[in-house]
Amino acid sequence: MIETLKARVNADEALVRRGRFLTTTFLIEVGLTAWLIQIFEGRVVSVTAGPFVMPSSSFALRAAEEEWQKFWLSRPPPGSNDLMALIKRRVLKAEGNLQIFMANLRYFKEALAKLRQAGAGA
Amino acid sequence: MSVTFEPVIGRYMHLDLFGRPHRIYVEEAGSGTPLLCLHTAGSDGRQYRALMNDARVTARHRVIAFDMPWHGKSSPPPGWHNEEYQLTSAQYTTMILEIMTALELDRPIAIGCSIGGRIALHLALEYPERFRAIIGLQAGAHVDPYYDLNFLHRPDVHGGEVGAAIVSGLVGPDAPDAERWETLWHYMQGGPGVFKGDLYFYKLDGDIRGRVAQIDTRKCPLFLLSGEYDYSCTPEETLAVANSIPGCEVTIMKGLGHFPMSENPAEFLPHLLPVLEKIGSR
Repeated sequence: MIETLKARVNADEALVRRGRFLTTTFLIEVGLTAWLIQIFEGRVVSVTAGPFVMPSSSFALRAAEEEWQKFWLSRPPPGSNDLMALIKRRVLKAEGNLQIFMANLRYFKEALAKLRQAGAGA
Repeated sequence: MSVTFEPVIGRYMHLDLFGRPHRIYVEEAGSGTPLLCLHTAGSDGRQYRALMNDARVTARHRVIAFDMPWHGKSSPPPGWHNEEYQLTSAQYTTMILEIMTALELDRPIAIGCSIGGRIALHLALEYPERFRAIIGLQAGAHVDPYYDLNFLHRPDVHGGEVGAAIVSGLVGPDAPDAERWETLWHYMQGGPGVFKGDLYFYKLDGDIRGRVAQIDTRKCPLFLLSGEYDYSCTPEETLAVANSIPGCEVTIMKGLGHFPMSENPAEFLPHLLPVLEKIGSR
């Protein structure tokens, strides 16, 4: 499902425009499965599945698969509806250079929420 | 072309606070029992716009909201440009009582959300005789920091953008888009370091866990209403406060988040109106 991120994000012109100053590669871990997501000027360039030997990324978002599955429901339950909610419950670990994550927080929230069934915003 | 005006009147009040002159923006609508509204951290009195525009509230209440110093249309005091803004429990309490005195409010109902809900607990504990009743929205006794607050005020992160992005998930899923984004816009407009300075009270200085059970609801009735989707002050945290205070009435509001009066007034007012009715009939 994460492979669809590229098409879903890039189809949203307003989201891409808001990310126009964002060029980075970040790592996402869904349980034991890792993905590297490369962004160039707001557009998702590639989504690469692990496992990796030496992955380089600006920051990483790591959570158990069941936590991501709840986050990606079309109507997530309280406590699972937002990346910050997951962080508050200590089930999502955000690690690395978090300046990039926080400076573009709306972008990352809305981009990852694109993987919800209805594709609703965060 | 026809235009409409809201029944809301805004004025600037000049008031000395903490030995310094302040220019404070106050708006109000309606007449009757004063209902003093306290906004959330990093926002301003516009959060109460729906209450001021609802005849079911204003027919019997003088609804008053002020922007705290540094917030909305209120200025920071002269000399602010070399200071770090940090809100404390003592300052917050003094500010509210001074403004009540300046406006000659006789035992108003206080309604406060988030930091306003927290200070409402402080007021209920320390100054119950000054209030007819206290309504705490999203009121908990304490919140642990769950992100690095320094991100709210540093030159390589836009303070308004990050403030709104941090709180965006606190808005409930059923909020109409117009009200959701109006609520977030207020955050985007906050001055540098102001949201962070408010959170000093919310997450560090204003911890009232050890004393909240001493609130005496016989002196001042206390009503707590919290939205189901609030992960900053969770329903569990509000219920813990309510269960520790005899006589405290509590409502968990389905589908609502951290900004009920601003994010979704149509869903919030059916919870608030019976509370106002109950206070009015006492």
